[in-house]
Amino acid sequence: MACFLVPVAEAVVTTVIMKAVESKEIKSETLKVEAGNDNFETESKIPFSRKLKWLNNMLWGGSALLAFEHVWNGEVVPWFPFLTAVSDPGGVSAVLSEMATVGVSMALLVTAVWSVIVLVTNSLEKKAFKTQSSSN
Amino acid sequence: MTLLITVFAAIICTVIWYNNAPHSKMKIGILCLMYWGASLMWLVDAIFEYFELHAMYFNPAPVDMLNDFYLGLSVVAFGLIIWLVILLIQDPKGVIKEALFKKK
Repeated sequence: MACFLVPVAEAVVTTVIMKAVESKEIKSETLKVEAGNDNFETESKIPFSRKLKWLNNMLWGGSALLAFEHVWNGEVVPWFPFLTAVSDPGGVSAVLSEMATVGVSMALLVTAVWSVIVLVTNSLEKKAFKTQSSSN
Repeated sequence: MTLLITVFAAIICTVIWYNNAPHSKMKIGILCLMYWGASLMWLVDAIFEYFELHAMYFNPAPVDMLNDFYLGLSVVAFGLIIWLVILLIQDPKGVIKEALFKKK
């Protein structure tokens, strides 16, 4: 019905946060990486704004494809009130109930998966910087 | 079916992204995250549907399966169109800029 609206709302919030973080971020630590042929490239630590961008892409992209599915199934229409379920008696409560259960679960699962990705990335970065500092 | 097709699209994109990493100029990462995001959302949808239908969830009518199959393909195509628009707007290789502002 309208479950994709919850991830959309989260995506709006995370986009605003990302823009705020991006403007405040300073140049991060750099890491020397072997690029083959005895050459070295410097890699900097992944800024948090870039990690937030991963979440944004998952939320915006997923919501867009889900919205397409809703249009396909005739649940979303391009005229007012846009959601066909709303025009049915008792439809508003059904829409809200679905948003509270399915929609919130979708947003939570996507955020949980992103959190795991960020944790793994952070630990890999820490490991790489530790190895670099111990070899210097 | 839609979930399955999107998951396969996400896996294929991830393999392509990994193959070209870290110097991917085609923005495949965006496509990967888009398909993974949609897959996770449809997974939640499938879980809720399973709790509603139980074993019947795994025995859809052929007509529904065909509709879901077309929907899955259309979703993949829609995702590709979004990615293509982003790619052309951001133009990481500068191809569009070069084509538009090339001095004759």
